[in-house]
Amino acid sequence: MASIRNPRDFVAGAIFIAIGIATIALGSRYTLGTAARMGPGYFPRILGILLIVLGGILALRALRVRGAPLPPFHWRPLVIVLGSVVLFGAIVQKVGVALATVILIVTASAASREFRPRESLVVGVALAALAVGVFVVGLQLQLPIWPGQP
Amino acid sequence: MEVFQHLATGFGVALTAVNLLYALIGALLGTLIGVLPGIGPVATIAMLLPTTYALEPVSALIMLAGIYYGAQYGGSTTAILVNMPGESSSVVTCLDGYQMARKGQAGAALAIAALGSFFAGSCATVLVAAVSLPLSALALKFGPAEYFSLMVLGLIGAVVLAHGSLVKAIAMIVLGLLLGIVGTDVNSGVERFTFDIPELSDGIGVVVVAMGLFGFAEIILNLESNEKREVIRTRLKGLWLTLAQLKQAAPAVLRGTALGSMLGVLPGGGAMLSSFASYSLEKKLARDPSQFGHGAIQGVAGPESANNAGAQTSFIPLLTLGIPENAVMAMMVGAMTIHNIQPGPQVMTSNPQLFWGLIASMWVGNLMLVVLNLPLIGIWIRLLTVPYRILYPAILLFCGIGVYTVNNTSFDVMQTAFFGALGVLFAKLECEPAPLLLGFVLGPMMEENLRRALLLSRGDPSVFATRPISAVLLAAAIVLVLVIALPNIRRQREEAFQEA
Repeated sequence: MASIRNPRDFVAGAIFIAIGIATIALGSRYTLGTAARMGPGYFPRILGILLIVLGGILALRALRVRGAPLPPFHWRPLVIVLGSVVLFGAIVQKVGVALATVILIVTASAASREFRPRESLVVGVALAALAVGVFVVGLQLQLPIWPGQP
Repeated sequence: MEVFQHLATGFGVALTAVNLLYALIGALLGTLIGVLPGIGPVATIAMLLPTTYALEPVSALIMLAGIYYGAQYGGSTTAILVNMPGESSSVVTCLDGYQMARKGQAGAALAIAALGSFFAGSCATVLVAAVSLPLSALALKFGPAEYFSLMVLGLIGAVVLAHGSLVKAIAMIVLGLLLGIVGTDVNSGVERFTFDIPELSDGIGVVVVAMGLFGFAEIILNLESNEKREVIRTRLKGLWLTLAQLKQAAPAVLRGTALGSMLGVLPGGGAMLSSFASYSLEKKLARDPSQFGHGAIQGVAGPESANNAGAQTSFIPLLTLGIPENAVMAMMVGAMTIHNIQPGPQVMTSNPQLFWGLIASMWVGNLMLVVLNLPLIGIWIRLLTVPYRILYPAILLFCGIGVYTVNNTSFDVMQTAFFGALGVLFAKLECEPAPLLLGFVLGPMMEENLRRALLLSRGDPSVFATRPISAVLLAAAIVLVLVIALPNIRRQREEAFQEA
């Protein structure tokens, strides 16, 4: 068994192969048609095959050519940053832009190593005023400002 | 001259009060994000796209274009004054620009950067106008086979000039194409890869993909690394250029403009490639190359002119052929589609106001930048002292509001978060996100042209090789791949030998 000499390329290749297989599997429900009369399944099938081939080249090459190890993965910023934005999207219609902004700023700020809770609250309030002024009043976007508004 | 007539029409559109205002907003916003590291033009355009729904299409495009070339001006300001490139295209400006600033010549460096950029921008605008007519006329003769081959060449060209692994980049394109066709198939009405989620039946939004891959992922990666940055204050003493300096810099400006204009047109080209190429050209041509890196004015004048020229001429393939050549142009395709304009050679005839108005606005915007930018430098520098821990939540907020208001649904925000996570993963695996975005916007067009080409040829794939223009385009794509692949193979062999 050959050893993996370039883990980044190997993982990337494996991901591309997996997506290619999934594409062909999911796409098998769609009519393939012929080259002259392509069905909805034709183009995705080509792309799926291409992904498997390209992923295969990457993964096989990773067995021969040495590369850098996988970089470390930090969960904290990823989870906090994405979580805070998803939270914002989920609550903005119910609680309004003002409150949702303050919550977004404070939660997102916690992803930083230099998190200062009180400062982030002040920034949050200031940005809430700005967001209401620019987006709701200025650009007339259809967003409620306060909780309970339609 | 027909071109000048058209340009006159264009200036008529660009000089209306509304469009002047949006050009100004775009240019200023562009400068702002050019100054600020950690947010680039792609994420900014994604952020602002939703706010342009209510605007006239031409005003929207004028503003979004302003962001791109405005960012070139802003990026050079911070490169010179604080040795920090706000944009990737001003990395080389740091080398000599900051050294000039340390010698007390910050004013001269800023002045030549601004003047060179303006000169380059003006030339490039005329060039865009001049070549658009013949190129569009040529493109109108293209059938589906030619279009398909052109897209193949455009996509391959875009990744060949990018750094990193070619196989990975092509795989990213294919993944992008695949994401692009998610949604209802226009020909059969079948919903593809929607997992029965109703929101996906219209496909994935370009704002969602771009903001996730370029906005969120960038922030997360910045937070992982050390976010502390040192801001050194440089004293700015007047913006003067001596006659001797001007004489030294002028040839570099001319060469940078020419080089940037050419490289901007190439797929994968644009601002960044132009500035790097210009710097190495100036260094090679210089009588005393040892001056470079120690404050050579040519090292500022050349790249700064080149990146602006390149930013401008990269609009040529988009406006005449409908093919985006870099990630920013992919966003412009998204913007045009949102405003129901199908990018391609027909835009010039079906929508001349928009076409020539956009081109004229580039010159107007450049003029605004050169006039406004220098007095505003103090403000830009003060903005740099805002710590990142305050900056990134604010960027997240604008992204959040922007993506939410596209359809007023939290599903879009979740999708964007998904692409943000994907962007982080790709960055760890050294897969560039730009090819994916290009493939994404071209996916539906590519499938449609492939389908039509093969329908016309009754399923015979040799049509791509027997039609002359198509054959030339495909051959060019193959040559590009070989040129890049050969040294790769050679290097691998050497490595294999060493290990054996």
